[in-house]
Amino acid sequence: MSQVALLGAVEIGLVFALVGLGVYLAFRVLDFPDLTVDGSFPLGAAVAATMIVAGVNPWLASLGAMAAGAVAGLVTATLNVRFRILHLLASILTMIALFSVNLRVMGRPNVALIAQETVLTPFYGLGVPEHIVRPLFVLVVVAIVVLLLARFLGSEFGLAMRATGVNARMARAQGVSTDLHVYVGMALSNALVGLAGALFAQTNGFADVTAGIGTIVVGLAAVIVGETVFRARRLLWILVGCVFGSIVYRLAIQFALSADVIGLQASDLNLVTAVLVAVALILPRVRVRAGGGRAPRRVPAQ
Amino acid sequence: MITVENVHVVFAPGTPLEKHALRGVDLRIPEGEFVTVIGSNGAGKSTLLSALAGDAIPEDGRIAIDDVDVTTWATPRRAGLVARVFQDPMAGSCATLTIEENMALAAARGRSRGFGRALDGGRRRGFRERVSELGLGLENRLSDRMGLLSGGQRQAVSLLMATLAGSKILLLDEHTAALDPATADFVLKLTRRIVTEHRLTTMMVTHSMRQALDYGDRTIMLHEGRIVLDVSGPERAGMDVPDLLALFARQRGGEQVSDDSLLIG
Repeated sequence: MSQVALLGAVEIGLVFALVGLGVYLAFRVLDFPDLTVDGSFPLGAAVAATMIVAGVNPWLASLGAMAAGAVAGLVTATLNVRFRILHLLASILTMIALFSVNLRVMGRPNVALIAQETVLTPFYGLGVPEHIVRPLFVLVVVAIVVLLLARFLGSEFGLAMRATGVNARMARAQGVSTDLHVYVGMALSNALVGLAGALFAQTNGFADVTAGIGTIVVGLAAVIVGETVFRARRLLWILVGCVFGSIVYRLAIQFALSADVIGLQASDLNLVTAVLVAVALILPRVRVRAGGGRAPRRVPAQ
Repeated sequence: MITVENVHVVFAPGTPLEKHALRGVDLRIPEGEFVTVIGSNGAGKSTLLSALAGDAIPEDGRIAIDDVDVTTWATPRRAGLVARVFQDPMAGSCATLTIEENMALAAARGRSRGFGRALDGGRRRGFRERVSELGLGLENRLSDRMGLLSGGQRQAVSLLMATLAGSKILLLDEHTAALDPATADFVLKLTRRIVTEHRLTTMMVTHSMRQALDYGDRTIMLHEGRIVLDVSGPERAGMDVPDLLALFARQRGGEQVSDDSLLIG
């Protein structure tokens, strides 16, 4: 694998680390299996790209992408909390609706950002090769998000959100409005995914309506690989684990696809993804059996 | 002070599963009184507690805590007035959060939660002090997950959590039923100590007539959604389990109940 390909994989891994963090919030903190991300990722890309092409400041466009993602998360949360639709189904409804919304936003299936000013443009002129600037930039963004998220989850409000996911009845008895925390958590989760979409569009130079397919599996892979490898208990390290998991996962994909010996081609991506996630899910159980008597970890089949 | 006036609770109204769980309950519990509640399965004991806590909203009637009408308030809204310990040791705390995180959650009961840190040095010291009161050696395990504790330890911590924030009433829903006898005894004695120390107006549901008479100041018995017995003072002091069973049998119209194993404690 060449250095450029390696850094490219790290860069995409970092972008999807934001998806991983969003998925962690929904699946692990709120215990809300949310497939909205398959729609909110391209939504973020579409909103950012469209706003940038329209001449809006790219930072503002990225904020717009986050806001759009948050709204998508709120729609799913409303369908579930307010109208009692099963969470999985509620998120699927939002996801398929977003496909049409994304086409409307862009007005066509894809928007190119070549020669447009992006959040990265100012850093390209510093004499460092672009393929190094991009992962560095995303790394900084991800680091800031991880620190803020760890601080948020350690606050009284964040603690109440975690309790909402673990034991909603107890949380309510402690005066926690569990509904409010589901709304805020889902908005935050999808805002992060929207930001990932915005960065994806700006680092890759385009937004495409089909870019969202399988986003949820990639995000989940990041969470699971991170948990399996890191086995952390402190919040900050769990979040770092998500980021790490996303990069490891991406490198594994890159390796699998570039190793000619195995004979895989780019179109095998989804198959490889599914196999890797399955392996990451199975591995902890096998380890328990091999280790003899270690308490099984919570590994839901989702 | 708790005021319950003609409260009716119906589950699944208008369906074949409709259940009239409370049928006109009237009850006044003055400040600081410790009431034990008995009754057979399905008598409405837990429903009465749920109605007070906000988990069941009455079809009819009125519930007030310290003259605040809370009849239609949802659970989180009245959490500042009501502290609870559940029957299932798993239900009253978050298993995957640490002991100190659970305590921080409980300490903020009834007030709004902001973005300040849930735990800092000062709070940890305070929690450690409180936990050491239990005498279980848990003060050195504050950063352990709650799920690692035994059922008895969890109930003891849950009781402690109930006192971390001010409340008007304490509701105990068979909180020792899932424990072995020795642990149940420990938790009950702890309950008595905490209720006395904090002068809490308390309602304790129990399956054991023995416990119902040994603890608290007053005992009420529910049957088919109504209060059929309400004893306190000297009358209660002179009572033993067989007297209670006889009274209960009379209430049920002479039915033989002594073989109702659930009632014997």
